[in-house]
Amino acid sequence: MCSLCGVLGGNEHWADAVARPGVYTRNVERIDRRRERANRVRIANTMLAPFGLSISDWQGASFVLATRTGKSEIIEDLGHLWPAAERLCGRPCDPLDPGMIAAAEVAIDG
Amino acid sequence: MAEPQIPLLTPINLLTGFLGSGKTTLLARLLADPALSDAAVLINEFGEVGLDHHLVERIDDTMVLLQSGCLCCTVRGELADAIKDLHSKRERGLVPLFRRIVVESTGLADPFPVLSTIKSDPVLRHHFRPGNVITTIDAVNGLRQLGTYVESNRQAAVADRLVVTKADLALAVDVSGLVEKLRSINPDAPLLTATDPSFDLADLVDEDLSLRAAALQSTSGFYCEAPVQLATADGGVHQSAVTSFVMTVEHAVDWTAFGIWLTMLLNRHGDRVLRVKGILNIAGEERPVAIHGVQHLVHTPVHMERWPDGDRRSRIVFIVDGLDVELLKRSFTAFALDRSPVEDAAVPQRSLQERQSS
Repeated sequence: MCSLCGVLGGNEHWADAVARPGVYTRNVERIDRRRERANRVRIANTMLAPFGLSISDWQGASFVLATRTGKSEIIEDLGHLWPAAERLCGRPCDPLDPGMIAAAEVAIDG
Repeated sequence: MAEPQIPLLTPINLLTGFLGSGKTTLLARLLADPALSDAAVLINEFGEVGLDHHLVERIDDTMVLLQSGCLCCTVRGELADAIKDLHSKRERGLVPLFRRIVVESTGLADPFPVLSTIKSDPVLRHHFRPGNVITTIDAVNGLRQLGTYVESNRQAAVADRLVVTKADLALAVDVSGLVEKLRSINPDAPLLTATDPSFDLADLVDEDLSLRAAALQSTSGFYCEAPVQLATADGGVHQSAVTSFVMTVEHAVDWTAFGIWLTMLLNRHGDRVLRVKGILNIAGEERPVAIHGVQHLVHTPVHMERWPDGDRRSRIVFIVDGLDVELLKRSFTAFALDRSPVEDAAVPQRSLQERQSS
C-alpha cells in the first residue's frame, strides 16, 4: 500500500499523530491505548454500518473488517480502511453521497 | 565542531510552474544567492535535449539532470534513485555537503507525485522531507493559463509560495487580476513578486514564514468566506472548477472521526482535493492542531504551541477541483465533529500516568 491509497507507509498513519493519551503512547499506558482503539472501532463502525460492514480490534495490533456474510480482511491501520471497505462491499464508499450524509444528519438530530 | 552538520531530514523544495513561467530564471537566482549555496539541484526536462541545466550555469556533482520524461509520470523512480544517489555520495563525502535539494519540474508536471515519492519511499522518507512547494506564475500569460490549463491550477493550488514573475512586463491591471485569481485558488500561500525590490529569495525556502502566515491568516479569518467559483476564462476550454472555501466550525472536532472521515474523502476524491489546510480545535485538547494535506498526501499534523488569538474555532481551508462545496460542508459537519456530551468534551483527557501520579 502506498500514499496514493491514502497511506503514508508502515503504521505511521497521519491520523495517529495527535498528542492524546493512547495515541502517541504506544509502549506505555496500555489501558489508554486500548481505550483509544476501542473509540476508533466505535466511530469507524458507525461510518461503516451503511455499507453493511463492521470492524473490530484484533489483538490491539490490527483491525478486522468484515461483511455480514463473514468475508473479512485484516487491515493494519485506519489508513487502509477505505480501500479495503470498497473491496469488500464492492461499491464506492463516498462521504459526499447525499443519502449517506442525510442518514448521518438524521442520526445526529435524533 | 567546525564541520557543518547534515540536517536530520534534508528538505526537498519543489520548484514548479507552467511552461515559460520563469522557473529556470528563478532557479538561477536561487543558486546565486548565498543563502541557497548549499543546495543540490535536480532538473527535470521534458524533451530530447536538456537545456535548463546549461541556463543555470552551474555544473557540478550536485546538479543532476533527469531527462527521460516528465517527472510526474515516467521518472518518479529515477527521481527517487537520483536523490538516493546524492544522499549516498554525501554520506561518503564524494560531493560537497548540501543541506537542501531543489527539484525543478517540467512545466506540465503535477507536483503531487514528487511529494508522494518523498513521503512514501522507504529510504527517502527517513532522510528527506518535503519543503516548500514554490510555484512561479507568469504575470503576462498566467491569467490565461489558469483559465485554460488544469495543470496550471493544480500547480497554483498546491503551492506553499506563489511567485509572480515578469510583473515588470505586464500591465498593472493584469497583475492585480492575476493576484486576485491566485487568491481565489490558493487563499493562504504567501504571494511574492519576483521583480519586487524587496523580494527575498530566502523567503521562498524559509519555513517559519509559513507558520507566520498561518498566524496571520487566522487573525484575519482567512481570505475568503464565501465559496469563490473560478470563472471560466472567455473562450477557455477549461471546465474544471477549482474552488477554495473556508469552513469555520464552532463545535470541537473529534480527531478520530475527522481522521476516518478525511481518509474516506481522500480515498474517493483525493485527486480532486488539491489542498486541505487548517487549524483544528480538537475535543479534549487545549492546543490547536494544524493539518496540511495535498491531494492523497497528508503531512504529519503539527501541534501548535497556542492559539494565535482568542478565537478557538476550527478553521479549515479546502481547495477542491469540481467537488460540491455544500455537500462537503454537510459531510464534514455530519461525520467529523465531536458528539460527546458537553461536560465530557470540555475537560482535556489526562493520561493514566498523570492520573496515577496525582
